[in-house]
Amino acid sequence: MRTIAELLEDSPFFAGLDAQALAVFAGCAQTARFDTGELLFRAGQPADTFYVIRHGLVSIEMHAPAKGAVTLTTLDDGEVVGWSWLIPPYVWVFDARAAAPTSAVSFDGACLRAKCDADPALGYALMQRVSQMMYERLQATRVQLLDLYGDAS
Amino acid sequence: MSAIDTLPAVSDPMLPSRYRVVETHMDTGDTVTLDLEPVDGPPLVYTAGQFTMLHAFGVGEVPISISGDSTRPGPLRHTIRDVGSVTHALVTAQPGTVIGVRGPYGTGWEVADGRGGDVVLVAGGIGLAPLRPALWEICSQRDAYGRVVLLYGSRSPDDVLFDPDLRSWAHDHGIGVEVTVDYSPPSWNGRVGPVTTLVSRAGFDPAHTLALVCGPEIMMTLTASALLTRGVAAERIRLSMERNMKCGVGLCGHCQLRELILCVDGPVLPYSRLAPLMDIREL
Repeated sequence: MRTIAELLEDSPFFAGLDAQALAVFAGCAQTARFDTGELLFRAGQPADTFYVIRHGLVSIEMHAPAKGAVTLTTLDDGEVVGWSWLIPPYVWVFDARAAAPTSAVSFDGACLRAKCDADPALGYALMQRVSQMMYERLQATRVQLLDLYGDAS
Repeated sequence: MSAIDTLPAVSDPMLPSRYRVVETHMDTGDTVTLDLEPVDGPPLVYTAGQFTMLHAFGVGEVPISISGDSTRPGPLRHTIRDVGSVTHALVTAQPGTVIGVRGPYGTGWEVADGRGGDVVLVAGGIGLAPLRPALWEICSQRDAYGRVVLLYGSRSPDDVLFDPDLRSWAHDHGIGVEVTVDYSPPSWNGRVGPVTTLVSRAGFDPAHTLALVCGPEIMMTLTASALLTRGVAAERIRLSMERNMKCGVGLCGHCQLRELILCVDGPVLPYSRLAPLMDIREL
């Protein structure tokens, strides 16, 4: 059986981190499984965890009155689900739901924030990766908003 | 018999040959595939990626990529989206209607250049139609290629084209088919997001990959960028550029992109040649 630190090596999010840093991250982590349709987290609830998908598919959703759940994006193997654990007031803004049977590594956000506070170099390495992820998600959202395949394209 | 049926066969490239609509297939709410057979003369010989000028008599003419299987005998097939007066006339043509066809024109995908390596095809919207002949060509000699991946972005699940083909490519021909949509209803269980986000995770060896990309120019530019980031060489990334083609034979200049006349030099061109031109807004 592979250790959690070894599992993290599969995710591009952790690429470039040495074994010592991975061990620190792994110290705040455990494995998790979700069935199709199961919520990883729900909007409005405290954001105290985040996930790295090992295998599966997770949809980021917003509940709209009269429409139900609107899927904003989906996340695949190796991708990180959730960043509200890092930003006050630490409350989820969207729902995250398994769109397929999903295995993941779950991180304790409070544990990780404490370790980053104690080790700014580690915190900087984490923030670089979170910033890169936010940048990529923002760019993807902008492209979606262009409605490239609509009537105007 | 109408007056059109009595016209003689023609060989002048500026005059259309007569083809009869033998079958129509409604692909989505605004997109139709027409199967055509020549009224007289032999069937059209074409390569994957080429286009024809389709003429709706009394309405006008538009460039449409061929979407059929060039490796098999059969009707000449085009998939057309209803976006204007000419395309509306074409997508509403009933079996028996005679339309005009000029061509085939332009460069093809030259899929065989990918033999011995991996091939990744990235389609956006109606851009899957020009790539379909390339996929069928690969399927006809599947063992000659390594991993083959189709990344397909659609506006919504209702706009996904060629669902039976997507299933056949995946299940019968070992092609990795990944579909994503920009907007989804709750009933959709697949991926949501731009097709460009699939490039980073797709299974292919960038050093030995031929990439074929077709869709809106912004989508192609972003896809080419993602492919370059993965390590695919610019000269191994081919885009299908379809800008305002009018004559199809390099005479009128409407599709000029600086030194390129896209109806003759293209539509399929390597990104290494296109990249400097696509960055110039005035072109």
